[in-house]
Amino acid sequence: MLGRRQLREKWFLLAPAMAVLALITLMPLANTFWLSFTDTRISALPTPTHFIGLENYIYALTDPDFQDALFRTLYFTVVSVGLEGVIGVAIAVLLNQQFKGRTLLRALIILPWAVPTIVNAVAWRLIYHPDYGALNSMLYQLGFISDYRSWIGDPMTAMHMVILADMWKNFPLVAYVALAALQTVPGDLLKAAAVEGASPWKRFWSITLPWIAGPLMVVMVLRTIEAFRVFDIVYVMTGGGPADSTKTASFYVYQEYFNYLRSGSGASYAVLVAGISAVMILGYYAAARRQSQGGAA
Amino acid sequence: MTSLGRLLFGSAMATLAMAQAASAETKLNALFMSQAAYSEADIKAMTEKFEAANPGVSVDLEFVPYEALHDKIVAASGAGDDGYDVVLFDVIWPAEFATRGFLTDVTDRIPADYTEQVFDGAWTTVEYGGKRYGMPWILDTKYLFYNEEILSKAGISAPPKTWNELADQARTIKAKGVLEYPLVWSWSQSEAMICDFTTLTAANNGKFFEEGAPVFTVGGAKDAVSFMKATLDEGLTNPASREYFEEDVRRVFSNGEAAFALNWTYMNALANDPAESKVAGKVKVAPAPGVDGKSVASSVNGSMGLGIPSNSPHADEAWAYISFLTQKEIQEDYSKLSLPIWKASYDNPKVTEGQEDLIAAAKQSISVMYPRPLVPSYTEVSDILQKNIHEVLLGQADVDAALAAASDRVKRIR
Repeated sequence: MLGRRQLREKWFLLAPAMAVLALITLMPLANTFWLSFTDTRISALPTPTHFIGLENYIYALTDPDFQDALFRTLYFTVVSVGLEGVIGVAIAVLLNQQFKGRTLLRALIILPWAVPTIVNAVAWRLIYHPDYGALNSMLYQLGFISDYRSWIGDPMTAMHMVILADMWKNFPLVAYVALAALQTVPGDLLKAAAVEGASPWKRFWSITLPWIAGPLMVVMVLRTIEAFRVFDIVYVMTGGGPADSTKTASFYVYQEYFNYLRSGSGASYAVLVAGISAVMILGYYAAARRQSQGGAA
Repeated sequence: MTSLGRLLFGSAMATLAMAQAASAETKLNALFMSQAAYSEADIKAMTEKFEAANPGVSVDLEFVPYEALHDKIVAASGAGDDGYDVVLFDVIWPAEFATRGFLTDVTDRIPADYTEQVFDGAWTTVEYGGKRYGMPWILDTKYLFYNEEILSKAGISAPPKTWNELADQARTIKAKGVLEYPLVWSWSQSEAMICDFTTLTAANNGKFFEEGAPVFTVGGAKDAVSFMKATLDEGLTNPASREYFEEDVRRVFSNGEAAFALNWTYMNALANDPAESKVAGKVKVAPAPGVDGKSVASSVNGSMGLGIPSNSPHADEAWAYISFLTQKEIQEDYSKLSLPIWKASYDNPKVTEGQEDLIAAAKQSISVMYPRPLVPSYTEVSDILQKNIHEVLLGQADVDAALAAASDRVKRIR
């Protein structure tokens, strides 16, 4: 138990940090939240602002286009983070083996993650180019396609092409965290399991994966938040097209705010996107807690 | 002092001296686009001339893609003294910018005799509610470019006068195996597509709005979308057009892979430049065609103007710079990539020489320039049309359903 003096001291020491946090996080958050209940517009002229209650939210949620965008974003998030998880762990397991050139490969694998998103997006747009893209050229020469295709101009493939580009950029992060975690898995345990006759597959599922689940969860949560508010890579690669087939929820925040100059409405979209991310994060944590409790039992 | 030390000291003093000199003069921040019309090199050269003629004023140039221009202007409106002093703005924005107070009203700064000397279509670019919010600078529209060699290979002697004739000629070119896809357009989900759509709507005597209500679901606007879709279905239009911007159109056309293309003025000089084009010398330009019984030629108003953001602290210097760039002599000196706003320039040999067919086309096109909807919510209207027309072009919706959906959505704009 802290004494009264110690308690006061504790608050005194925490105060500066909390003040900074309030200034840079809580205030903008509160401001955005307040804006979302108003009809504020961006203007250089004095314009009256009114409190309009839930009108912005009702407008957003009853817009079928925005509903589509939410599901599209969810699809993007699940597929892209899911693939990053699977490929990231698989690569990490590979990089955890002893082989020649391992150090070099470990260094190389981080490169995609080091590339800025915009550069990555431009590079992939060139790769997918309908007339002189490397993807068309490769598939054509290998005989997989008989004609050059429009990869990001076709609504059936555009989203998957963006997901591929996003995945290529972000799997190294998962791989690195998983690799670091893998190095803490006790070798004795794995050896003992092997002696007992557990197959490599069984050893991975029953020992390795549960062991690295904690750190993996953290990186997956981070990636999920980032993926759900995806904007930049889509903006550069497709601009939301073709026919809105890659338009994600964050586009609405941007559009309402900067294109249509309705900052109040834009704030409501921002709160919605942030709120849904928060729900997903809570879901992850619930899953993580259940798992750690299961592990203890 | 060592020689290196002296060098460092010397350059430090020089920097200091320059910084002092700079603080005594006015620095203008100007925002331009790096796409179509005047090239960056042209704008830099004009600016150097301005700086030489106006000691004490220097201009910092910033070039952004067209797609970023609107948002940059809006975002900088809250930047106080650190915003822009001169901005390039599109014909579709004055309604919005004026109602939001982003641009300074410059009606009184413009000499009265200019009104007669400059084309009406150019003035539309800067006007809203009877006031002027800048000076028109780029007088532009989409012209029909055609490859004479391809046409003659297919036995065609004259360019099309109507859009149906154009489709017929494209069919002939395709049937004779000269080209797989004779037509190329900028039909990505973007403003570029709306410009082509507007040209076709104008040709068909269509309307976008009547008394504030959308009427693009019927008549000429609908015919325009149907025509676009039909050329795709028939294989006359390059299917990759649905992800192309103007620069892609220029590239495809300059590679000799298309017989016809709609594009801005700047393509005339570049498609005829051997360093930029494989078809230099074979490129001809004409006004975009009309429709039998409805129009002789068609054209979209794609002009742009220069204005002073309302937060600029240097309005007088900014206006001097704008006046310099938009003056007749400067525009005539740089008339290869963008044509002047001044009527008299079109008979000046300095402008017409070497691009006689462009000037002839311009005289006709400028007189029929059709505006995109002049409403404050234009950006949103355009986004809605882009999405729904794109669905038609991609075969996801039929023309009637898509335009009805767009109309419903436009009515929902707040």
